[in-house]
Amino acid sequence: MIKEYIAENYDIAVIGGGHAGIEAALAPARLGCKTVMFTINLDWVGNMPCNPSIGGTAKGHLVRELDALGGEMGKAADATTLQSRMLNRGKGPAVYSLRAQIDRREYCTYMKHAVERQENLDVKQAEIVHIEKRDDGLWHCITRLGADYACKCVILATGTFLGGRIYIGEVNYESGPDGNFPATELSKSLAKLNIPLRRFKTGTPARVDRASIDFSQLEVQDGDETTTPFSFSSTQKPQNKVVCHIGYTNDDTKKVILENLHRSPLYAGDIEGVGPRYCPSIEDKIVRFADKQRHQMFVEPCGENTEEMYLQGMSSSLPEEVQLKFYRTIKGLENVKVMRAAYAIEYDCIDPLALYATLEIKEHEGLYGAGQFNGSSGYEEAAAQGFVAGVNAAHKILGRKPLVLSRSSSYIGTLIDDLVTKGCSDPYRMMTSRSEYRLLLRQDNADERLMPTGYALGLISDSEYNRFLERKEQKEQEIERINRTFFAPRDDLNALLQEKGTVPITTGTRLADLIKRPQLDYKCLAPFDKDRPSLSDEVCEKVEIAVKYEGYISRQQAQVDEMLRLENKPIPQDFDYSAIKGLRLEAVEKLNKIRPENIGQASRISGVSPADVSVLLIYLSK
Amino acid sequence: MIKLWKWVILMSERTIAAIATPLGEGGISVIRISGEESIRVADKCFVAFSGEKLLELEGYQASYGRVTDKDGQTLDDAVALVFRAPKSYTGENVVEISVHGGTVITRQVLRRVLECGATLATGGEFTKRAFLNGKLDLTKAESVMGLISARNDAAAKISRGAREGRISRDTADILDKLLETAASLAAYADYPDEDIPNLNQENFSSLLDECYTKCEKLISTYDTGRAIREGVNCAIVGKPNVGKSTLMNLLCGTDRSIVTDIAGTTRDVVETNVNVGDIMLNLADTAGIHTTDDTVEKFGVDKAKEKIENAELLLAVFDSSIPLDDDDKQLLSSIRDKKCIIILNKTDLSPAFDKDDLGDFEIIEISAKMGDGYQELCSAIAQVCKTNMLSPDDTVLISERQRDCVNHALQAVIAARDTLLCGMTLDAVGVCVDDAIAALLELTGKRVTNEVCDEIFKRFCVGK
Repeated sequence: MIKEYIAENYDIAVIGGGHAGIEAALAPARLGCKTVMFTINLDWVGNMPCNPSIGGTAKGHLVRELDALGGEMGKAADATTLQSRMLNRGKGPAVYSLRAQIDRREYCTYMKHAVERQENLDVKQAEIVHIEKRDDGLWHCITRLGADYACKCVILATGTFLGGRIYIGEVNYESGPDGNFPATELSKSLAKLNIPLRRFKTGTPARVDRASIDFSQLEVQDGDETTTPFSFSSTQKPQNKVVCHIGYTNDDTKKVILENLHRSPLYAGDIEGVGPRYCPSIEDKIVRFADKQRHQMFVEPCGENTEEMYLQGMSSSLPEEVQLKFYRTIKGLENVKVMRAAYAIEYDCIDPLALYATLEIKEHEGLYGAGQFNGSSGYEEAAAQGFVAGVNAAHKILGRKPLVLSRSSSYIGTLIDDLVTKGCSDPYRMMTSRSEYRLLLRQDNADERLMPTGYALGLISDSEYNRFLERKEQKEQEIERINRTFFAPRDDLNALLQEKGTVPITTGTRLADLIKRPQLDYKCLAPFDKDRPSLSDEVCEKVEIAVKYEGYISRQQAQVDEMLRLENKPIPQDFDYSAIKGLRLEAVEKLNKIRPENIGQASRISGVSPADVSVLLIYLSK
Repeated sequence: MIKLWKWVILMSERTIAAIATPLGEGGISVIRISGEESIRVADKCFVAFSGEKLLELEGYQASYGRVTDKDGQTLDDAVALVFRAPKSYTGENVVEISVHGGTVITRQVLRRVLECGATLATGGEFTKRAFLNGKLDLTKAESVMGLISARNDAAAKISRGAREGRISRDTADILDKLLETAASLAAYADYPDEDIPNLNQENFSSLLDECYTKCEKLISTYDTGRAIREGVNCAIVGKPNVGKSTLMNLLCGTDRSIVTDIAGTTRDVVETNVNVGDIMLNLADTAGIHTTDDTVEKFGVDKAKEKIENAELLLAVFDSSIPLDDDDKQLLSSIRDKKCIIILNKTDLSPAFDKDDLGDFEIIEISAKMGDGYQELCSAIAQVCKTNMLSPDDTVLISERQRDCVNHALQAVIAARDTLLCGMTLDAVGVCVDDAIAALLELTGKRVTNEVCDEIFKRFCVGK
């Protein structure tokens, strides 16, 4: 038994310095709470142990939303972008998604400095080996060196460090990601608290030497000509500094993998952890989708000052020699040199059904979870939860109202509602299809949806908020102008209409109606629109979407209103579900466990059937 | 104060009783008792000849004995059938006492059961309990209500179909197609870099076309179903003395309307329900429409015009033995846009005009007086009300709620198709498809996004 010594008292301790931990520490410190962030390795604050990129479908939305609330991730990404692309251009505004390749080292440097400079926040390299609530009513975090930090709230943002174990073929050993130490002791004290822990796993592909790749055999993927920043506060557009490449697996790749499948720890049954369904390893893809001819691979640079390249889509836990063999079957990678082998990592995490929507653990007041610890996967999902957990811990201490975002307000709200209501059987990844309100929850209007909340929280500055109000004002005025502007039929206008493949106009036509035509856009009508004010690209985009998709937006709004009707039917917290005979046993158990706050939440619990919900509705409507 | 929901639970623990068979003269009548205490209640008034108490019986066992009044006098011989929770219609303990039919005896037995501790069941309460106890889902409960209120064989048949889950089965088919569309759209959006085969617009639009046709067909069954269930509001119209009342009486099989040779005998609207084949007509015999100064008759004529407005089916009667006059022509023009069958009456007399003069209507020639043409008329009515196209296996929507849901889905499918065809981006199509899915899930009662997610997972190989 090590000798403990009383170290310092804090309002909030955050265990972990990854993407969840950073936001979980910054938010409360900015709200005035005395906060400490513990990390096992101070050199790797905000590390990206998997892909060197931020954003992507739905994930880009999370970053924009987080930024609108006052998070850091978007600003850090903008400052360290290597290449930026708006995905899904042409597929419609609901699914435009921003994704940027990031300089991994630079990102760490930015984030490390951000937390270091933050007022009210101390950053310490320490492994927490034990936590417990003592008689003084405080949570005590004990470091491996015996320091005892007493805190009002603790946020667990332990990522893959908690009970981490790496698997590469027949080899496995205790480890955190990227050669870091694992946190081996903390799980035991969590188990003592009866926190329901489980094993999840995730994987990452190899990093290879740029010089060993024949890029002439790969397709080039460029960044956008006009880039968009993540952060609403970024005034400059990020520069594209690198290109990515695309390659494909082939029959030989498949052959090598299938011949060596028995050496995969997954197929040999060594790994008990559940992997992410939506981010499978290459061997998983080849087995599950046997009739698919080829699988895509993206070659992405890890930074400006490194030759390491990341092979997206090629994660594996096969033995090192097999990895080398199958990577080399890919055209362009015939002579590839692996610098770090691909691996799978297994870790401890909580069953998120044990959490409130505030991310506080139900049975342990003052103890919160965020990120992979809560069963999610992905940097952006982690950061979003870190922020929400951080704000809620701070609000508990400051006696303010909890921050719970609704599904109809944001992807962040959807993410957390899914986790705490439905739970997850594999690492939860955000996707646009998780939201039933895609057209309302766009990346372009994240500020309109959430910046008022961020401002009310006190995490958005006056100047930033004023700029938001200005954008909003400009947008509304322009929409109003578009609705009352009529174009008379003119030869040059009709020539344009015909050129764009749409019918000419014969009488005065509202500008809004022209913009609504799929073949036309706001920009191409500019030459005929003499009163058009000069607006930023950002505002133009907002205006165009609002006008063009007006009918669809209101259709979706009707769906939201419908849902809110259920959401607004509260269930008393002392409701005795077992007294209702009509509920099936499974439903009674789930409802008693999750204790939904309203009918809407109850209806989303898996295992609670619509018939159960209608029974509840009937009881409650009496 | 007891919390409301606790009160609700307490209330549902009452033992209830009611006469479960139609009142009237019949072979037997059944008094049903349901609730925790139902067997104990029955034991107080039912004495088995074997001496065995009902409480000693297992579920599905019957006992023969007599029902006694409070002095121990026999009210009637009876069979008591015991159901034990949860294996009963309501999911509670149930006793069904079968007594000899007859209003008086049945009422006496019920009164005795109530004296012994049961409360009189309110309308539909057994079914409500079955639902609350998880024995029926909403659409099934809905269909049971339909079954109970069915006034003819066809109505009972369609309600039974709904109870067997035919509506869910039929919508499941449309839902599958919509979910497939939604899943493709979601995968298309969620995996921008994946080489998922490009979405084929023609495929989409043909999927949506199929959904459109199916929704439309389903909706059309509602009108048929409602016609069968509630009857078709049908007015007999025509100028005075063409034989409207004779036709009415022919359809009723009795002298419902007073028939004389005096034009304008029927001054008010005479109404009755008749079954014509599978169809129930809510039949209204109206005053002959013509210009009149008689205040009372005029009032009747106005009412007749109102009936024309509101009727779902018109039987417009013309006298074939006298030439068409202005009153006839006026009538013809006022019924042009209505669902209508022209009845050429008095074919036993010699025709005075060419029936082509009547225009493009379905025309049936009858002699209401002689009864000729009755069969033809019946099949014409069935044809117009579409029931003759109803096969016993067809799904029929049985409630306004169901129709609303399918109609909402139909409108959303149309919007999705239009959006697709006009070249809008697919996310907008997705909004409409989601809307259609939500409406159909509401019909059968399920949620949406999980299914879409799972669908993607099943159908596509997707990575990062």
